[in-house]
Amino acid sequence: MFRKLEPSTREVSILVSGQRVEVPANANLACALLAAGVQLTRVSPVSGAPRLPYCMMGVCFDCLATIDGIPNRQTCLESVREGMIVEIQDGKAQYMHEASLGDYE
Amino acid sequence: MKDAHVNLAIIGAGPAGMSAALRAKQFGLSVAVFDEQPTPGGQIYRDVMRSRSQKLQHVLGADYAAGKNIAQPFLDAGIDYYPGSTVWRVAPGELSWTSKSGSGELLADRILAATGAMERPFPIGGWTLPGVMTAGAAQILLKLDGVVADDAVFIGCGPLLYLIVNQYLEAGVKVRALLDTAPGTNWFRAAKHVAGALCSPSYLMKGLKLLSNIQSSGVPYYSGVESVRIMGTTKVAGVHWNDGRRDFSLECENVFLHQGIIPNINLTMAARCDHHWDDLQACFRPVVDPFGRTSCDWLVCAGDGAGIVGARSAALSGEIAALAIMHDLGFLKAADFRRETVPLLRLRRKDQRIRPFLDARYLPLARFRSPTDPQVTICRCEEVRREEISRALSEGCPGPNQFKSFTRAGMGPCQGRMCGNTVVESFCADTGSSPDAVGYYRLRMPVKPVTIAEIGGL
Repeated sequence: MFRKLEPSTREVSILVSGQRVEVPANANLACALLAAGVQLTRVSPVSGAPRLPYCMMGVCFDCLATIDGIPNRQTCLESVREGMIVEIQDGKAQYMHEASLGDYE
Repeated sequence: MKDAHVNLAIIGAGPAGMSAALRAKQFGLSVAVFDEQPTPGGQIYRDVMRSRSQKLQHVLGADYAAGKNIAQPFLDAGIDYYPGSTVWRVAPGELSWTSKSGSGELLADRILAATGAMERPFPIGGWTLPGVMTAGAAQILLKLDGVVADDAVFIGCGPLLYLIVNQYLEAGVKVRALLDTAPGTNWFRAAKHVAGALCSPSYLMKGLKLLSNIQSSGVPYYSGVESVRIMGTTKVAGVHWNDGRRDFSLECENVFLHQGIIPNINLTMAARCDHHWDDLQACFRPVVDPFGRTSCDWLVCAGDGAGIVGARSAALSGEIAALAIMHDLGFLKAADFRRETVPLLRLRRKDQRIRPFLDARYLPLARFRSPTDPQVTICRCEEVRREEISRALSEGCPGPNQFKSFTRAGMGPCQGRMCGNTVVESFCADTGSSPDAVGYYRLRMPVKPVTIAEIGGL
């Protein structure tokens, strides 16, 4: 489990798979998702295996998610914004499409 | 900014890119710097300008904070800086970039690739499971927002791994175990480079202190680890390993892997400049002269992207490359060029004295670079296993590039970044050929995946 060493001074709320999540303002999105305890950001289009960010520096592409309706965004290269909408990138595994964050906690 | 023109376009705002930009700007060149991150620093100084508590500053240490001495002047210099921007195409005299706020083309007399390093792929069983990240990623989380994982297991070897474990200890975060894979036999390889290491007492002392802190911290430390597997089905459940004598296992939720760093060569490879295999660092690197000039006269390379040198030398190479570019473009007379570069080259030579020792000491075991377990996933994107190389070879596949069409390895979104090295070394292991003979994936533009809209929006 990830945690923050220190509390944030200012938070914004974003929607992650339909659930409101409070994250530090100006946080890196992948970092914020991990700190919020999100269990997966995408499922592989090949086998449907769950994935979370791996490299945090833009090279592994395991942190891909749909951000504000645009798929295939690298969350490790994004900063959070109030009201940002993040959806799990479902690869070819369509059954995951409607999944809410709660199902994976 | 279509048809805009600069003397020098720099890709990457790490120590090399920022230092190059500062030098070039100081001598009156028009400069544009592109970087994927929202703030300057690259990975070593990632988000270095963020304001932090005393405690976090202390945890991250003085070497990290030193990045401000480059990043602050860089931000103050009035350099055309495009944060959050991806350069997806480079060509002689021009490049294409895209960002959230738009995209464009830029004409540039010279392009400097300061694209840095990435962590060497560490293909072992279970490395794709949620809960597994690189040690560098763990450090980035710490730098970004002071985010840590309790009771994590760290696996691998190399200075960065020992540094992040130290930072965790300094932060009071409990570390479950450190599984050190540094092969004891490497001491024989490293021995002949000890003299160089002894000429760098400050690096050497820092390294010894990192190791002794870990040893005295009470963190379970297992050396000589020869094989590792991460257990779990949908997330990490634990780790199994063997040190050549007996088997061990531990339950854990987070694993951080590290086997050193290698140049991030996708951009220089796609630019088609010459690359060669570096035996000591076990990776491909662009062929460059001491000033960073590649085999393409329009492309120069500085920093870890041209071969791993570390932050201090990366900054020096950035300056050296900028001076060479100014000289080649006629902004700097030969005599001035020599006067400016000689002391920088000397400093870099001095800074690099310890490098051969580090490279030799921490060269990962062959089996961690080319897995022997046929079931191990080598291409994370397309989920191609190690055994498929042997199968492809038996079907007449001549090398890594053709392996793409056999299996789709290297054709996922990461464009071979996470499997390239493994595939090359596995082909070598199975055929007895050298990496230079086997070659790499043939990389093409776009250097990063972009949408048709982004290309069309030019």
